[in-house]
Amino acid sequence: MTDVLAYSPDEAGLSPSLHPDYRSTVDRSPRQPLIVIPPTLTEATGPSAWDRLMVGPSGIDLTAQHAGVPQGQRIIVSGRVLDDRARPVANTVIEIWQANAAGRYIHSADNWDAPLDPNFTGAGRVVTDDEGRYSYVTIRPGAYPWGNHKNAWRPGHIHLSLLGPAFATRLVTQMYFPDDPLIEIDPIANAIPMPARQRMVGRFDIKSTKPAWALGYLFDIVLKGRDETPFEDHHHDD
Amino acid sequence: MTIEIAPEIPVEDRETAPRIDNQDPAIFGQTPWQTVGPFFHYGLPWKGGADLVGKSDMGARTDLFGEEHYLLNLSSPTGTPEGDVIEIAGRVLDAKGVPILDAMIEIWQANAAGRYASVDDPRDAVPIDPHFIGFGRASVDPDGIYRFRTIRPGRVPGPRNTLQAPHLAVSVFGRGIIKRLATRLYFAGGEGNDDDPVLAAVPLDRRETLIAHQQDDGRWWFDIRLQGEAETVFFAV
Ligand SMILES: [Fe+3]
Repeated sequence: MTDVLAYSPDEAGLSPSLHPDYRSTVDRSPRQPLIVIPPTLTEATGPSAWDRLMVGPSGIDLTAQHAGVPQGQRIIVSGRVLDDRARPVANTVIEIWQANAAGRYIHSADNWDAPLDPNFTGAGRVVTDDEGRYSYVTIRPGAYPWGNHKNAWRPGHIHLSLLGPAFATRLVTQMYFPDDPLIEIDPIANAIPMPARQRMVGRFDIKSTKPAWALGYLFDIVLKGRDETPFEDHHHDD
Repeated sequence: MTIEIAPEIPVEDRETAPRIDNQDPAIFGQTPWQTVGPFFHYGLPWKGGADLVGKSDMGARTDLFGEEHYLLNLSSPTGTPEGDVIEIAGRVLDAKGVPILDAMIEIWQANAAGRYASVDDPRDAVPIDPHFIGFGRASVDPDGIYRFRTIRPGRVPGPRNTLQAPHLAVSVFGRGIIKRLATRLYFAGGEGNDDDPVLAAVPLDRRETLIAHQQDDGRWWFDIRLQGEAETVFFAV
């Protein structure tokens, strides 16, 4: 018999599927309640050898992927990946993508007329160390308009995707900046109730700011954790 | 007249004041989810990410950004995995039954012997396949269809003394999807479907939404309905 340690459930009310102010959720969110299932190996395991699949460049400096230096404010984002018991999550991959300093994505479906930057792609990947720490260098992304409502602008944000150790710990989120007044009127950020919304707002940090080079921001990412005791009784019959 | 001069902050010690933000211990907890948005195609999928068997460009949408921005290398399977090669395809449909064009699917599954390529699968007696990772990612194509090439998984244990039927764990992402929707794909006629411990937690009249059916061309078809009639079952995981 295989004992399975179950991961925490989603924090109650944290990330709803339906938030009508973000219009696209109305036709794309389920109406039936999520079904709770017993913990199984399927959800408690995850790809340990992702590095054999994602074989692209690691890209911890998004400002050094092209011949020249990109436009905009250079920043260093660093922090830790932790579980919800504040234990470090080591050797986990963080995938990063974002708009350029003018708020434009290289994606062909982004038809805003802000300039593209030939020296900036805006995609990269970092892996946490043994203490869950990570750091990457990029350009502070600009705000951009979108079609959700009249005069709608997304606050500057960096998209982040984490696998974590298991299927159950998967997380995709966005990091925001502390001096941005657009956050409080953004329907996507506002899908998350206060004060948990502020967990997605990084902190400016003078200590990790490099003199005459780049501003530092701190951002810790917290995944689901699990208890030490198995959900099931111990069986040793196989 | 005397002028009061405020004591200066020593220049070396100038720091910003604490704020209610990511670093505030008072609001520590799970990081909330946010949508992948419409522009994830150059950040997440990689060439070959949807091909768990061999080298190909399945899964990426390199038509959506310039070649100078490719960060997506071909996946690098080290050899051919054991088991029956299968192809899985389907659509992600919104409340009106319209296929979503900016969706992304991930799969996680056991190998043909029923073992996960994970340090958290403790069963030494069940062999790991050195050529099979069991994780894949596919963006839907311009027609709204996702597809994977993979191996039909073996059975893995469930809670207590149960055995799960062959299945894939499936995650659905997309614009307008704030939080990943987690579901499962089972195979029509699959061994053990009738007493699978997870299917047993699903009301009888909704189980069909979790069953893929084999088409005449051999592909296993699995549509995911986000809402409306025959809404797919999604799990709290
Ligand atoms: Fe965005």
